Amino acid sequence: MLNSANDRSTLISLEDVQKWYGAFHALKSISLSVRKGEKIVLCGPSGSGKSTLIRCINALETIEEGKIVVEGQVLDGSTRSIDAIRREVGMVFQSFNLFPHMTVLQNCTLAPMRVRGTSHTDAERLARKYLERVRILDQAEKYPAQLSGGQQQRVAIARALCMEPKVMLFDEPTSALDPEMVKEVLDTMIGLARDGMTMICVTHEMGFARQVADRVIFMASGEIVEEAEPEVFFKAPRHERTKTFLGEILAHH
Amino acid sequence: MGPIGENEFFFLMQGLKWTVLLAVVGFIGGGIFGILIALLRTSKMKVARRITAGYIGVFQGTPLLMQLFVVYYGVALLGIEVNAWIAVAIAFTLHASAFLGEIWRGSIEAVPKGQTEAANALGLHYVSRMKDVILPQALKISMPATIGFLVQLIKGTSLAAIVGFIELTRAGQIISNQTYRPLLVFGIVGAIYFIICWPLSHAGSGLEKRMAKAAR
Repeated sequence: MLNSANDRSTLISLEDVQKWYGAFHALKSISLSVRKGEKIVLCGPSGSGKSTLIRCINALETIEEGKIVVEGQVLDGSTRSIDAIRREVGMVFQSFNLFPHMTVLQNCTLAPMRVRGTSHTDAERLARKYLERVRILDQAEKYPAQLSGGQQQRVAIARALCMEPKVMLFDEPTSALDPEMVKEVLDTMIGLARDGMTMICVTHEMGFARQVADRVIFMASGEIVEEAEPEVFFKAPRHERTKTFLGEILAHH
Repeated sequence: MGPIGENEFFFLMQGLKWTVLLAVVGFIGGGIFGILIALLRTSKMKVARRITAGYIGVFQGTPLLMQLFVVYYGVALLGIEVNAWIAVAIAFTLHASAFLGEIWRGSIEAVPKGQTEAANALGLHYVSRMKDVILPQALKISMPATIGFLVQLIKGTSLAAIVGFIELTRAGQIISNQTYRPLLVFGIVGAIYFIICWPLSHAGSGLEKRMAKAAR
């Protein structure tokens, strides 16, 4: 929105992606293109395939048909292409998935050291920078279990940022949090968005979508049903299923 | 009846030395191969999973005594001359690797899947994923069962007596035959086993309780 206005090249593109779990058709001919700096919110009822979709982008799930390209790298199932893509794509999970036997700092330094070959000193400097950015540097020596859910999720964001990814995927980052902790995580994400990070967020936080998203995409039954700018999406949804979904989700807010 | 004096006690201690050595060698050798088996058992390669499953099945499904016989006489039949010590060490290593491999396979699988996913998403490769993320957590989960198996292994070394190995139990038998005081001698032998094994068992169940509390 801000920094990215002059740089609109495509970062991620999905063409006609199909995925099955056995007989269940999880993703039906998904095509999507994400430009540099763009923030996309994916929403939809549970089981609609939104998490599966973003998990396909960094090859946590495999696809049966179609084409995924990230930063010019075609995801062809080879270790090389998977490695190349995972270096550019950061991910934040619903259940944080911090490494419980490592301190916050160690959680953040592991991947830069092992994947990028960064020295211990540089990795720590990097980790401190991003822990500072998510405002949790004072907890660097603690173990994840000693932190609140909101703090753990902010550490998870810092851990992903330490790999200096070009795009961040968020898989329902606030769904496992107590209500009073949702805001601190959303604020961190808003900060990231302001700094120009390309983001794809699976979330039901419609306030966040309104504030940050360039596009909101609504999925149901493995298909992209509707996509629009947040203004249009919330005020004038075109499809019946979108209206129903929005009715249900906004009734709770 | 003869007295049980310094010499007899020294003889028992010699036996104890071999018991401890056997257990340590079995545990270390079994630990090294056990890790390999656990990794193959949880790998993506179907053939490796099948073979290691068969290996575990064979060693868990047959008596340790028979395994000792097979290795002891089997190695000799192959025309390789080895002393009892090496043969028994091989047998215990094989035995322990099957059991530890299975224990550790279970604990590797008990590490939440999200850990592997997070490691993958960060781009960590298999070696780092296992060494840095999965195994430290799996070994912690496996501690009570691992210690339990170590206790079984220490007691199991008594079976090495059958191939002429003079460890603690066999030493006790020899002393008992000389002194005609079986109850006293085996009482002492039993007490020695107990002094070694009980603190281990105790530590194992302590760990288990602490982990149960941590998991809540």
